[in-house]
Amino acid sequence: MDAESLLLSLELASGSGQGLSPDRRASLLTSLMLVKRDYRYNRVLFWGRILGLVADYYIAQGLSEDQLAPRKTLYSLNCMEWSLLPPATEEMAMQTSVVKGRFMGDPSHEYEHTQLQKVHEGEKVFEEEVVVQIKEETRLVSIIDQIDKAVAVIPRGALFKTPFGPIHVNRTFEGLSLSEAKKLSSYFHFREPVELKNKTLLEKADLDPSLDFLDSLEHDIPKGSWSIQMERGNALVVLRSLLWPGLTFYHAPRTKNCGYIYVGTGEKNIDLPFML
Amino acid sequence: MGDPPPPSEPPAQQPSSRRSSQVSERRSREHVQPLPADPHEVQETPRDSQILWSNQEILGSQTSLRGRSQRVSLTQYENSGMSQDEEARLGGVEYPSLNMGFPSEFQPQPYLDEGGIQATRNASLMLQQIQQGQGNLFQQLESAYQEPRLGLLGQFNMYQREDLQFGAGAQHGPYIRDDPALQFSPSELGFMPFNMELPEPEPRELAVQNAKAYLLQTSVNCDLSLYEHLVNLLTKILNQRPEDPLSILESLNRTTQWEWFHPKLDTLRHEPEMQPTYEMAERQKALFTRSGLGGGEGEQDMEEEVSETPVPNVMETAFYFEQAGVGLSSDESFRIFLALKQLVEQQPIHTCRFWGKILGLSSSYLVAEVEFREGEEEAEEEEAEETTESGEAVEAHGEEEGEEDEEKVPDVIPKPTWKPPPAIPREESRSGTNKFLYFVCNEPGQPWTRLPHVTPTQIVHARKIKKFLTGRLDAPVTSYPPFPGNEANYLRAQIARISAATHISPLGFYQFGEEEGDEEEEGGAGRDSYEQNPEFEGVPVLELVDSMANWVHHRQHILPQGRCTWVNPLQKTEEEEELGEEEEKADEGVEEVEQEVGPPLLTPLSEDAEIMHMPPWTAQLSCSLCPQYSLAVVRSNLWPGAYAYAVGKKFENIYIGWGHKYSPKNFNPPLPGTVQQEYPSDPEIMEMSDPTVEEEQALKAAQEQALAATGEEEEDEEEDEDEDQDD
Repeated sequence: MDAESLLLSLELASGSGQGLSPDRRASLLTSLMLVKRDYRYNRVLFWGRILGLVADYYIAQGLSEDQLAPRKTLYSLNCMEWSLLPPATEEMAMQTSVVKGRFMGDPSHEYEHTQLQKVHEGEKVFEEEVVVQIKEETRLVSIIDQIDKAVAVIPRGALFKTPFGPIHVNRTFEGLSLSEAKKLSSYFHFREPVELKNKTLLEKADLDPSLDFLDSLEHDIPKGSWSIQMERGNALVVLRSLLWPGLTFYHAPRTKNCGYIYVGTGEKNIDLPFML
Repeated sequence: MGDPPPPSEPPAQQPSSRRSSQVSERRSREHVQPLPADPHEVQETPRDSQILWSNQEILGSQTSLRGRSQRVSLTQYENSGMSQDEEARLGGVEYPSLNMGFPSEFQPQPYLDEGGIQATRNASLMLQQIQQGQGNLFQQLESAYQEPRLGLLGQFNMYQREDLQFGAGAQHGPYIRDDPALQFSPSELGFMPFNMELPEPEPRELAVQNAKAYLLQTSVNCDLSLYEHLVNLLTKILNQRPEDPLSILESLNRTTQWEWFHPKLDTLRHEPEMQPTYEMAERQKALFTRSGLGGGEGEQDMEEEVSETPVPNVMETAFYFEQAGVGLSSDESFRIFLALKQLVEQQPIHTCRFWGKILGLSSSYLVAEVEFREGEEEAEEEEAEETTESGEAVEAHGEEEGEEDEEKVPDVIPKPTWKPPPAIPREESRSGTNKFLYFVCNEPGQPWTRLPHVTPTQIVHARKIKKFLTGRLDAPVTSYPPFPGNEANYLRAQIARISAATHISPLGFYQFGEEEGDEEEEGGAGRDSYEQNPEFEGVPVLELVDSMANWVHHRQHILPQGRCTWVNPLQKTEEEEELGEEEEKADEGVEEVEQEVGPPLLTPLSEDAEIMHMPPWTAQLSCSLCPQYSLAVVRSNLWPGAYAYAVGKKFENIYIGWGHKYSPKNFNPPLPGTVQQEYPSDPEIMEMSDPTVEEEQALKAAQEQALAATGEEEEDEEEDEDEDQDD
C-alpha cells in the first residue's frame, strides 16, 4: 500500500483481522517519509509484516519512476530504523528453499541445515555431512521476493505502458466498476509478465497494449487459489491469496484506492490443493 | 524566427494589460451577440477565413503555424508599414489566432461549458471593444466563441488582435491560396512566396467548409466525429487542469472516448450495479434504529438499557485489540456490536461474547458465542432429539423387517462380521464442547443462524481433514475421510477445537468452585466447572509477558475421542441393547478400552506441548515505547489467528483467521482403509473351473462303461426298486 495513503489503506485492509497498532502507524508515517527523502524513491510502499516467533519484521519497498523496475526492500523491527536488504538472487532462493518453519524474528539468527556433500579426497569420493548456515536475512529477502512474484496484485488500468518503455502510474485511473471488480481477470500480477507471450494471437488482438501488459490472475494455478469477496456491503472488494495466506488486496470500486498488504508467517500454503 | 515563444514579452504585455482592464469593465457582459447580418459577411469572410485557416494549421505541425504567423505579420507589415520593432514583436508570435469560431450557420457544438471559457470570453469581449472601431468584424469573432477555446491560445489571440489593431486597414491582406491539398503539406507553407494572387473569397470559404466537413465526418464505428472528440478532450483538459497534461494525453484521450459512450444515466433511475450495495446499506441502516418503542417511552428504554445487558462491550475489546494490532476496523466493530445487540433482543440470551471472524472463500463468518438462559434452550433441544429418535425408531423397524426377509430366502447370504464402531454419544448441552451455543452470520445486518451442537465423531473427522470454508453454511464438505455433515458442522467443529485450544486467561482470574465430592469418585475426570474469582487482583503486564505460567486454559481440552469427558463406548444404552441382542453375544468380553485422560482444567500454558521445538505461544507487550500503559498480548503459534490480551483485571480472547491449525509438516490425507476380509474359503463358495467338453465326454464314457459292466446287477436292483415304488 502506498505510504501516502497509509491510514486509509490500513482501514480498508483491516477485514483480514491483522493490522497495525496505533504506535506503529504513527512511527510508519514519519519514518516512511524520511525513507523516501533519504533514498530518493518515487513511491514508497508499506509491504507488510512478517510475524516471527520472537519479534516481527516490518517491510517497506521503494519504487523508482518505472513501476516494474526491481524494487528496493527495507526492513525494520520497530518501524523507525530501516535497513536496506540486498536484492534477491536465484542462489538465495535455492539456499533458502530447504529452510522450513517460522521466522525467528532475529535477523542475525542462522538456520542450520545439514547437507550431504560429496568430498573429493584424492581418488576417493565419499559423502560427508556438511552443516550449512543460512542467515535469516537471506531467507527474508528470498521469501519477500517469492511473495511479490507470486501474489502481488494490481488492478487493470492502474498502470499504463508508454511507447518508450517505462511503466507509469495512471493518473486518470478512476477505479474498476462493480461488475469488473468481481472478476479475477481485471487484476494483474505486479511483476514482469511471464505468460503473456503464451497467449494466442486471437487473444492478443483483444488486448490493449498500453494497459494489458501484465499477467492476469485468472490463469493462476491451482485454480481457485484466490478468494474474492465483497465486504462492507459491496463497497469494497477484497482479494485474499490462499497460496500465501496473509496477503490481502483491497480495492474500493470506482475510486482510486487500491493496494495490498501481507501480514503473515511468511510460509507458503503447500496444502492448498487438499484444501480447496 | 523559429523559436518557441515565451508568452510574456514585455511590450506585448502592455496592450494585453490594457485590454484586460477593458475586459474587466466588460465582465458583466455574458451575452454573446448574434451573428451580424449577411451584408457584413463578405467583409468578414476574409477575416473568418484567416481564422479558419489558422485553425486548420493547429492540426498541422507547429512549424507550419510559425511560418503562417510570420507570413501574416509580414504581409500586414507590408500593407501597413509597421515599424521594425513591431515586426520583431510579431515575429515572436508563434500562434496566430486559433479561434475555432465559425459563423453560426454551423451547428453549435456540444460540451459547451460556461465556466471554463470565461477566460476566453474575456478575450472575446475585448475584441468586441476593438471591433467598435472596426465595424462588425470582431463581432463575428465573438459569436464564434460559442465553442470552447483554448485559454492558452486565447492569450495569443490577444497578440493577433493587436496585430489587427495596427493593421486595421489590412483586413483583406493577401492570404495563402486555399488549396485543400496545401493545407496538409505544412512544410511547404513556410516557403510560399508572397506575391500570390489573391484568392476569391468564395472558393476560400468553400475550402474551409470542406475542411470542417471533413472533421465533422463521423467515424465508421460510432456517431462520434473527430471534431467533437477533440472538442470534448480539450474541454476536459481545460476543466480539470491536470498537471503536465502532455504526458497523460493518451489516457485522457481514452477516458474522453469512454465517457462519450458511457454517459451518466438519468438521475431518476438507479444504476443496476449498485443495487446490492444499496440493499446492504438498507439492512445495516435497520441496525442503527432503536428497536420498537416510540419517543415517549424513550427514557424508560434508556434506563433499561443502561442496566445490565448481556451485550458485550465490543468497542472496548476492539480498542484493546487494536493496541495489539489485531482486529477489524472500528466502524466494523461498531456494526458488529449493533448486530449482537439485535441478536440479544431476538433470542433469550444470558451471556454473549464476540468470538471472532473466520474467513471463507466467498464470504466470511462472524461468530458469536452465547449462553442461553436456564430452561430456554432445552425446549429446542428436546425437539431436536425427538426428531432424531423417531428417525432411529423408524430405521430400527426397517432393519428388523429386512432381517426377516433375509431369513425367508432359502440360500442364506453369509452375514458380514464387520460392525461399525459404536457411536460415541454427543455431549450434553452446557457441558464440555457444547458448553456454549454459537451463532454465525456473514455480515452485520444479516440474520444470525444458529449452529448445531457438535458431536464427537465430527471433531474426530475435523482433525483429519483440512478444508477451506466457502462461506455458505449448507455447502457440502467433500473430503476423505468423508466428513459427517455439511459446512455448518465443520465450522462448528473447528470453533470447538479453537476454543478448547486457545481460550486462555490470566492465572487467578478463574478459580474452582467449592468441591463437594472427591476427585477419585468422579473417575479421575477432573473438575469441569470454574467460576470467577472475586478477589482477582490482576497480574502485572510484565509478568504476563515473561512467563507463560501466568496464563491458564479455562476451556476443557478435547480428548482424542472427541469429547471433553470420557465415555466408554462399550457401555450400552438401553436402546442399543434392544436392537443388538443377537449380535452382542459374539462381542462379549472382546475389547476393553482405555480411559482417555487429558490435561485438567486451568492448566498453565507452560505445560503446552511444543511444536517441533517451537513454543506454542508468543507473548509481547503491545507497545514497547510506553510499557506503563501497554497490554500483554499473547498469540498462538498453533492456531494462527488466535489472540488474547490482558491488562489489569481485564482480558479477552479473539480469533480472526482461516480456521486451520498450523502444522510444520505437510498435510497428508489418510490413506484409504485396507481391503476388508472376504468370506473364508468354504467349499460352498470356492470357485472351481467348469469341466471342459472333453472331460465331460470322458466322464460320460467312463460312466457308460461302468454301467455296461454292472448292467446285469443293476437290472435286478431296478426291478426291485420299481416294485417298491409302486407300493
